[in-house]
Amino acid sequence: MALLRSRRAIPYLLMAPGLLWLLLFFVIPNVQMLVFSLSEGTLRTGFTTPPDVWDIENYTGSISKFSGNFSNSIVYGGLATILCFLIGYPLAYAIAFKGGRWKNLLLFLVIAPFFTSFLIRTISWKIILGNDGPVLAIARDVLHLVPANFSIIGSPLAVVGGLTYQFLPFMVLPLYVSIEKVDRRLIEAAQDLYAGPWRRGGMIAGALFGAFALIALQVGLGYGAFIGEDAAPAAVAAAALVGALVGGLVGAFLISQSFIRVTFPLSLPGVFAASILTFIPAIGDYVNPQLLGSPKTQMVGNVIQGRFLDQNDYPIAAALAFLLMAGILLAIFLYAKLLGTEELTGGTA
Amino acid sequence: MTAAGSNVAVVGPTAGRRVGAFAERWLLKLFTVAAIGYLLVPILVMIVFSFNKPEGKFNFVWAEFSLDAWAAPLNRPGLSDALWTSILVAIVGTFFATILGTLIALALVRYRFRGRNATNLFIFVPMATPEIVLGASLLTIFVSTATLEPFKSIIPSGIFYPLGLPTIIIAHVMFNISYVVVTVKARIQGFDRHLEEAAMDLGANEWTTFWKITFPLIRPGIVAAALLAFSLSIDDFIVTNFTSGLVNTFPVWVWGTIRNNLPPQVHVIGTAIFLIAVGGVAIATWLQSRGGRTVAMRPR
Repeated sequence: MALLRSRRAIPYLLMAPGLLWLLLFFVIPNVQMLVFSLSEGTLRTGFTTPPDVWDIENYTGSISKFSGNFSNSIVYGGLATILCFLIGYPLAYAIAFKGGRWKNLLLFLVIAPFFTSFLIRTISWKIILGNDGPVLAIARDVLHLVPANFSIIGSPLAVVGGLTYQFLPFMVLPLYVSIEKVDRRLIEAAQDLYAGPWRRGGMIAGALFGAFALIALQVGLGYGAFIGEDAAPAAVAAAALVGALVGGLVGAFLISQSFIRVTFPLSLPGVFAASILTFIPAIGDYVNPQLLGSPKTQMVGNVIQGRFLDQNDYPIAAALAFLLMAGILLAIFLYAKLLGTEELTGGTA
Repeated sequence: MTAAGSNVAVVGPTAGRRVGAFAERWLLKLFTVAAIGYLLVPILVMIVFSFNKPEGKFNFVWAEFSLDAWAAPLNRPGLSDALWTSILVAIVGTFFATILGTLIALALVRYRFRGRNATNLFIFVPMATPEIVLGASLLTIFVSTATLEPFKSIIPSGIFYPLGLPTIIIAHVMFNISYVVVTVKARIQGFDRHLEEAAMDLGANEWTTFWKITFPLIRPGIVAAALLAFSLSIDDFIVTNFTSGLVNTFPVWVWGTIRNNLPPQVHVIGTAIFLIAVGGVAIATWLQSRGGRTVAMRPR
């Protein structure tokens, strides 16, 4: 009996040190941050904490004061996630289905950016997109596509581009894992049952998605007003047209019925995991907006960072961090409902 | 579906199939090459700019080729200290995170116990929390130990506050535990329990069985987890920025210096770390392929 009882304690003993660490340095700090978010005071003056004071003003005040930063975070994070998906899905598909003997090398190249520092990668984009960098040298000086005073650094485009780059591997890897798992026999079965090109359905779906994506990009990046306020509706219409055209062509010619009826639905858990893994770090980032953006493109991470580390305004910063967390949880919840995926944690896997 | 099917027949299946086959063969290849190129361009830029001799204080614009920075890679105030701190933090942090995480992974895969699913979920939460929240919450608890009751009277000042090396290591162990658990778990799950039973049948006790059978078989998973933890740790900026106080790691040093200048030494160190990491992975892959596959791993 004593032996049985001690055996039953084994898993708890094994887990105790690690879970204790997470309790002390993950759970309690978050509780403490909640306490701070309802407190008053600064590092210098000292803090008055609950139950002496319950300062809800930290929340209500910062929502209205920093709404611009919150919307920047959501828009840039969302756009980066969409772009990562558009680049990442075909890439993951190609590696999983067409990789052949190059598969391991391709996967290695996808994670190669992780072998350099996050900051240095961002600095590289500052070089590439800079006013004296190669991209503008070609677009501005050789092709004359953009006016002489046009710059990319400081614009939302640079921030979203940086975020897209940084978190693309987070998108590709989970997608690869789930596409790789798709049973090829199911695709063959679909083709035996006359699944062909997607054609009309693909054209309509592709056109709708393409139009949506380009409108989102154009409005989100603020290029609607770029040509002048009056031209904004025309610019949006043009974006929608281009998006619809490209999307329609892709849908009609490149996407097969077996893909849309078999492969894609089976990879949905991966799509879910991948977009969450991309969206969460993207929405909380402050390095890209700081190095690639301008004061106008600051995200909520910049405010949290500044309040905590420069101004030592802990109550407001803590409230902002909690609002960010709440927003992410809400987004995950809605998204899980939308995709109908219960495999948030991969179950027991 | 039948409507769409008949529709295809009207348009002409052969032409469509041919376009589709062509697209699948070439467009997808082209796209893959372009996407991989996109991922690698910033690395190439980093390597190229480590050979630059910038005109101003910032290594942002190409001026002329020079080996100056490579000849004196640590010749910046504080850079060498920051680099050593990074390496120290990564080694110590990886060591503890790997042990703590592996123990949790063993418990989660090998035992059925009350609270197992809850633990699985709980392990996932730190990975789903943005780094800025992890760092910020740690900062609040560290500050609390110096400013608020009851922490102030329980925890002597100097342990967590002022911030420094210990708080950086605490933070790195914290965010790495979950990654280690997930990585090691994936490895243990493909594990053939019969080998352990065989060892026990042949008279080995549990301790011997673990060290002679279990540990050698899950070692690749532990090594992979440790490598992952090390790379996450040495590259971490956001959490470290919140918990480092006046101590610099390499990324924190870069963040500090970029307000005033950006010497090419940053690119030299970045390139060196990249080359060492790639070389390490190449050697590990080579060793693994030489060792052949472990017989005990069941194909999934």
